[in-house]
Amino acid sequence: MLTLENVSFEVQEEKGQKEIIRNMNLTIDDHKFVVITGPNGGGKSTLAKLIAGIEKPTEGKIYFEGTDITDLSITERANLGISFAFQQPVRFKGIQVLDLIRLAAKKNLSAADACQYLSEVGLCAKDYIKREVNASLSGGELKRIEIATVLARNTKMSVFDEPEAGIDLWSFQNLIQVFERMRESTDGSILIISHQERILNIADEIVVIAEGQITRQGPKAEVLPTLLGTTSAVDACARFYQGGDRR
Amino acid sequence: MDRIQQRILEEVADLHEVPEGAYNIRANGEMAGRNTTANIDITSKTDVSGIDIRIRPGTKHESVHIPVVLSQSGMKDMVYNDFYIGEGSDVVIVAGCGIHNCGDQDSQHDGIHRFYVGKNARVKYVEKHYGEGDGNGRRILNPVTEVTMEEGSSMEMEMVQIKGVDSTDRKTKAKLAAGAKLVVRERLMTHGNQYAVSDYVVELNGGEASADVVSRSVAKDSSYQKFDSRIVGNAPCTGHTECDAIIMGDAKILAVPQLEANHIDAALIHEAAIGKIAGEQIVKLMTLGLTEEEAEAQIVNGFLK
Repeated sequence: MLTLENVSFEVQEEKGQKEIIRNMNLTIDDHKFVVITGPNGGGKSTLAKLIAGIEKPTEGKIYFEGTDITDLSITERANLGISFAFQQPVRFKGIQVLDLIRLAAKKNLSAADACQYLSEVGLCAKDYIKREVNASLSGGELKRIEIATVLARNTKMSVFDEPEAGIDLWSFQNLIQVFERMRESTDGSILIISHQERILNIADEIVVIAEGQITRQGPKAEVLPTLLGTTSAVDACARFYQGGDRR
Repeated sequence: MDRIQQRILEEVADLHEVPEGAYNIRANGEMAGRNTTANIDITSKTDVSGIDIRIRPGTKHESVHIPVVLSQSGMKDMVYNDFYIGEGSDVVIVAGCGIHNCGDQDSQHDGIHRFYVGKNARVKYVEKHYGEGDGNGRRILNPVTEVTMEEGSSMEMEMVQIKGVDSTDRKTKAKLAAGAKLVVRERLMTHGNQYAVSDYVVELNGGEASADVVSRSVAKDSSYQKFDSRIVGNAPCTGHTECDAIIMGDAKILAVPQLEANHIDAALIHEAAIGKIAGEQIVKLMTLGLTEEEAEAQIVNGFLK
């Protein structure tokens, strides 16, 4: 279980302090599939980074499995069982896909075992396992490798920051299946930041964040109908045909 | 050979035992072992210190190992090795130098390697440098490599210096005839107060000659690196040189890629990039459970792999 208690996050700007997250209280129960949505600039990605430890709250506490992790480093949180998939995956010259999957799994996986994680995210594993995680990979390929690293970790809490960003419609269909399978197979909780209706549609719970605060929270059946037609729940196809979701 | 020498031999030539095929092992300025084959002859020079390696035309899939080990502090060794690689042959040459210096005097090995690569011959050349020992004496290596490539020949050079060498001044010159192809992959890491200079001059003298000289390096602590690579196009040819470096701590790096075109159909490209490790790379690996130090080591190892 992950709990945020009165968490605030401020940044210093030219005009003064800006509050990105305001006094937020949130609990993610075990085995839950929770999607956080809301308008751009509302603080969703910041919230994900606060959970992973990439940012530290200016006020409040974060508890994971009963432990106060507020002051713990990214590494310590990762080792307690929090995984984080970046919205914009990082590139590494020289590090191969296999190396990255092995680092994620924390064991010297065979190439065949590592391939399974890649197949899971729809990549033809043998074509990718020896590739470098560098600029030769497209945004969509990197994104799927990023998700594969989280699958390889198989932790109690997996946080995905806009997994659909940078992925074409074809891959998006597969992505939904990845999350559906993950939901069935994992023992942990899944937290996804997303605007996509089809991702919201497979959630147990939906949390809407705007201007750094939770404006609505509850079971999918209650929250989703109120979001349809807003920017918080976008139909992937509509965006695709408008050209908005193409690489 | 003693244990120290054997361990250094493993580092520079991946040799755990006596290699197969032709070899010449030099330890503290003396010959410590030699083997020749029907196709590869090794003879000592009579005028200066060093050897001649003659590979018969058409020799295929054979290898030559010529490692050098220095384990005596204060040793200064200078050696001339000439390689005559016969037409149409296809061979692997492994030359490495390792210095173990736990004394207070400098140990130095200067190797001058000259390659004469015959028509349509293919050579893979691997040269590793390694230093160790906790004495105050410096470990110095100054290799000079001169390559003359005949028509249609190809050579791939892998130059590796990852650890322990205090001072290196590497000079490499190559002259390529028509259709010859040279590929150089240099990997370098310096730390402490180490100093490393790599200087390449590649002349593309014949039509369709090509060269690709690429260096990846990491400079740590207060070390200094200079990469100076000049490609000269004297004929219709293609040339590319690239320096990609990670800078850390108080290190200094100077990258000087140079192109000289003396022919209208010389197509030459250079690239150079120097930068520190991106913070987001460290963060990504930390989210996988690595500490900051472990993340840094993984990034450096991957970069130099």
